[in-house]
This record gives sequence, C-alpha cells and structure tokens, in this order.
Amino acid sequence: MLQIVFDALSLGSLYALGALGIALIFGVMRLVNFAHGDVIAFSIFALLWPSTDAMAIVFAGNLPWFLLIPFVLAVGAGLSVLCEIVVFRRFRNTNPATMMIASFALGFVIRYFLLMLYSSRPKSISLLPILSQPVEILGARLPLLQLITIIVTIAILFGLVIFLRRTRFGLEMRAAAENFSMARMLGVRANRVIMGAFALSGALAGAISLIFGIQTGTADIQMGAAVMLMAFISTVIGGLGSLAGAVLAGFLLGAASVVMQVILPVDARPFRDAFVYGAVILVLLFRPQGLIAARGTKERV
Amino acid sequence: MSTSSPVIDPILSAEAIAARKPGPFSLAGKSIVTPILLTLILLAIAIVTVMIGSKPFNQVIIDLFVRVILVVGLYVFIGNSGVMSFGQIGFTCLGAYVAAWLTINPMMKKMSLPGLPDFILKAKMEYWQAALLAALFAGVAALFFGRVLMRLSGIAASIATFAMLAMINTIYSNWDRVTGATSSVVGIPIVRSIWPYFTVAAIVIFIAWLHAISRAGLALRAARDEPTAAAASGIDIPKERLVAFVISGAIMGVGGALTAHSIGVVTPDNFYLSLTFVTLSMLVVGGMGSLTGSVLGVVILSALIQGLRFLEAGVPVGGSMLALPKGLQEIALGIIMIVILALRPSGLFGNRELTLNRNRSE
Repeated sequence: MLQIVFDALSLGSLYALGALGIALIFGVMRLVNFAHGDVIAFSIFALLWPSTDAMAIVFAGNLPWFLLIPFVLAVGAGLSVLCEIVVFRRFRNTNPATMMIASFALGFVIRYFLLMLYSSRPKSISLLPILSQPVEILGARLPLLQLITIIVTIAILFGLVIFLRRTRFGLEMRAAAENFSMARMLGVRANRVIMGAFALSGALAGAISLIFGIQTGTADIQMGAAVMLMAFISTVIGGLGSLAGAVLAGFLLGAASVVMQVILPVDARPFRDAFVYGAVILVLLFRPQGLIAARGTKERV
Repeated sequence: MSTSSPVIDPILSAEAIAARKPGPFSLAGKSIVTPILLTLILLAIAIVTVMIGSKPFNQVIIDLFVRVILVVGLYVFIGNSGVMSFGQIGFTCLGAYVAAWLTINPMMKKMSLPGLPDFILKAKMEYWQAALLAALFAGVAALFFGRVLMRLSGIAASIATFAMLAMINTIYSNWDRVTGATSSVVGIPIVRSIWPYFTVAAIVIFIAWLHAISRAGLALRAARDEPTAAAASGIDIPKERLVAFVISGAIMGVGGALTAHSIGVVTPDNFYLSLTFVTLSMLVVGGMGSLTGSVLGVVILSALIQGLRFLEAGVPVGGSMLALPKGLQEIALGIIMIVILALRPSGLFGNRELTLNRNRSE
C-alpha cells in the first residue's frame, strides 16, 4: 500500500515538474513549447562525450554531485534561453498554431542534433549509484531515489512559490502571466521576464533529466517525449497558465496511472493508458478551463 | 457599392432582393478554378513520374499523393474550424487497419490475426472496396468521437483530440489477437500504380473544396473568424464542427488505407506522433486556412525532404563526392521550417487560394 503511494508520488513528481516547465512559458507568452522534451534529453546527453557506442563515455558525469547538479541545471537553462533568443523571440504575437509548429520544428532540430552526435541507441550510464539502493520505511522497501525525487520536487515547488511570491522578479513574472501588455505598460521588461521564464523552465528540464537518468540508468533521446506528453496533458487539465493547477494535475495524472495499474483486471492492464486518456477527456469535458482556471485566460466576449 | 444608383427605397422590392442575391452557383463558379488547378499540378507530377519510369521515384510520388490526401483531410477540419487537432492521424490508423483486415489473404489472416470476427476473416476484397469501407469506418468513428469532443474548443479541444489519438494507439498496440499488437501486420497487397493514388487525391481535393463552399463550410469559417458573431447569427458551432470532423475523419481513413497499400505493412506506431507532426507541419507551413496551401505545402516540403536526402546520399562535385553528414537532413528541414514560419507566420499561402484572377482580393 505504501509502495503504491510512493510510486504515485514519484511518478507524479516527474509529471508535475514537466508541467511546471511548460506552464511557466505558456504563462508569459502563450506558447505551448514542444521543444521542452528535447531540452530534457539534451541536458542528460550533455554529460556524455559524443560517441556512437552503447556504453557511454562519461565526461561531465564524473563530477562530484555538488558540481554535477548545477551543471545539468545550467545546461538546461542555457539551452532554453538560447532557444528563446534565437527562435521564439521572432514568434511573439503570432498565432498559437504557428508557435506550436515552430517549437516542434526546433525540438526536431535538437533531437537530430543529438542523434547525429550520439546515434539513436540508448546508452547506459550510472549517475550517483548510491541513490539506487533501497531503504526501508514503515515496512516498505523503497529505492532511496524515489524518496529523494519526492523530497526534491516538494523542495523545488516550495522554492518556486517563495521565488514567485517574495521576489521582485517573481512578482513581475506573475504579473506578466496574468496580463502581459498591462504588465509591460507598468514597467515590467518583457525580454527579461520571458528569458527568466525560459531559464527556469530549462532548469526544471535539467532536474527532470537528472532524476530520470538516475532512475532508469540510461540516456535515451526519446526519453523526453514520454514525460513531455504527460506533462503537456497535465498543464492543460490543470488549467493552462495556472502553475498550481499544472502541479496538481501532474500529481493526479501520476496517481491515476499508478492506481489504474493496480486496480484494473489483469486482462485490461495493457490498456491502462487508454483508460488514463479516457479520464483526461472526461475531465476536459466537465472542466474545459482546467481544474484551476487561470485568471486572464477565460474567453471574453 | 455603386455611387451612381439613385436613392433607394428603404424597403426593397422582392425583385431587388432577388437581383442582389448571388446566383445559385456563383460561388462555385468563382472558386472551382482552385481545385482544378491543384489537380492539374498533381496530374503534371504524375505524368512526369510515369515518363521517368524510375521505381524509387514512383514510390516517392506515391508517398507524396498519400500525404496530400492526409493533409487535405487535416485542412478540412483544422483549416476551416481553426481548432488544432492532434487526433486526425488516429483515423488514419483505423483506416489502415480496416484495409489490412479486408485485403490480406484469409489463410494468412487466420494465422496472424485470429481474433477477428468470422466474416472479416473470410473476406478478401479488392483494395478499392476496402478503401471505401475504411473511409466509412473512420467516418463513423469520427462521428462517435466528434459527438463528444466537438463541445470543446481551443487548447482543450487540441488536448482532447490528442488523448483520442493516444487511446487509439494504445488499444491498437495491445490488442494482439485483432491488430497484431506492436508487431507489423504483413501481407497487405501492394498497389504500385500511381493512378489510384492520384485519383483519390484529386477526389479528396474536390470534396474539400465542395465542403469549403457549402453552407456548413462557410458557417464553420465564419465561426472560426468571429465565434461570437457567428453564434449570434444562429450558427450551431459544435454541429458545423462535427460535420467537418466527420468528413475529415473519412478522408484520413482513405489516406490510411492507401498508406497500407503503398507500403504493404502496418504497425500502430506508423500512425502516431511523428506522422501527426509531419502532416501538421506541412499544413501549417503551406498555410492552414487555404486548400492551396495544404496541397502545395506537401509538395514543397516533400520536394525539400527529397532534395536534402539526395544531398545526404552524396553529389559528385569535380572528382570527389560531396555528401552532407547523416542527420543533417532533418536539422536543415527543421531550420527551414522555422525560417519560413518566422517570415510568413500564417504559412506560405496564408488564406489565399490559387486562382487565375491575380487581383482578386480575399
């Protein structure tokens, strides 16, 4: 039982972190960033030396943890800001479909850039192997990593809340998310806020890639896509632009996946994802604005 | 507005109203040039292909025609309604499997897909019959899903359609007695002649045009541009969207059946995210709101992809071979797409259509 709760929480943490990364950017520029998944993949591959072998030649991955973690976060943030400066800046104020396809094309470029350097084979890596050892809590054997994932996620969420509520920059970002043109008129600098959002979102992508990399022990170009899709769905059912909603929906989605895996009859288990997606459609039908509707995104007449 | 007319009686006579009303086929007459021109372009491509007579090139053009069908199918719903749907490729998947179920040799079917109902197990149809049934099946499925999904709009509708695609993919990837799960379903008769593909592409272009100028299509485009005003004028937006969704679903179904016959193998993952994004990119780069854009977007991007592949294979320059490194093709494609969209945010053609009359303003 406890096992299930922890599984649900740790899967939900991943989705929540991903959803947060997407919601942050959507909030400031109404962009659904499909390149986010590829930023996740890029951050983990930055630890490896370019080669096409199955065994990865670890390059930056041998750093001690107090350098490794900032390094990955910085890579994610750096790439994300670079995307903003080179590409997305040119797409402000275009329609959402165009932005979406542009972000997809950008993700495509990043993915094939990785493919060119590293080939499509997943690579086995071992990062911080201590974390894979199990620990015993209240009679359940859990991988230490699962526990750390949950704690780290909660810490990140608290940090983010404090950042958004207590600092000037956070205030500007929230203002921009609510009403961008009004915020600009009141002296919020657009470029700074948008770049800040991209940097934060990229750092979150870095965090996901670290957790994922340690959990699975592999670096896979496809790995961003799986988290990304669920994160994307969480962002929408949470209420696009609402950060709290994105986190809540991420945890709910993680819980739904884990719980359905347990309660569905054995014959139906392979179809679990179909039930999860069905539930997503149901939620959308009853709450098209999302669970927590963000102010300012409601359609006005 | 003519300025020479005298002051008009505020209450118009019946004849005056009748005179102002456009003739019954005036819109059709004005706009039929577009599908004819598009079909002629495709015809020219087909004739050149037959004249060249190269087998690999023939296959490339067949792929091109299949993509045209799929992207026109997307245009019917996405272009006219303005709702970004990620789910239409799901109907392509349904169509492709219907074609597989109905055309594979019954002996083989009994081995590979034993879970099929008896009447399907015994069926052995011609590919065109199967394609028609595929369209019907996909259309009915679209009606079923559309009844529920068309109540949503905006990004919620996009995600819901995506969830639908993911549902279809999950079911087809796991139902091994009926769909062979993730392993390939082989033995679908391959049609190598280019003409069936051309014919269907042409028919689909005309269907899309007919829908666009029909009452339903006009109402839907009005709802896309001014939802509030359209609803106030009595347009039932979910209903008009449903009409387009079903037509689009049927077109995607035919496209799926033809995809199956063009390569002879289907797996659920052929019809998932990568195909969705490739076709959506073609639609958006060409211009979402225009039939011309959707057809020429496919032609232009496919030409680009082929050109880059050609460069990747190597071109003799002087005495040495000059080849792009592997993977650069996709990177270049992505960059070109971003540049096109940055320069022309509403696609190459925007809302305009190809006509003979150059100074017609849209």
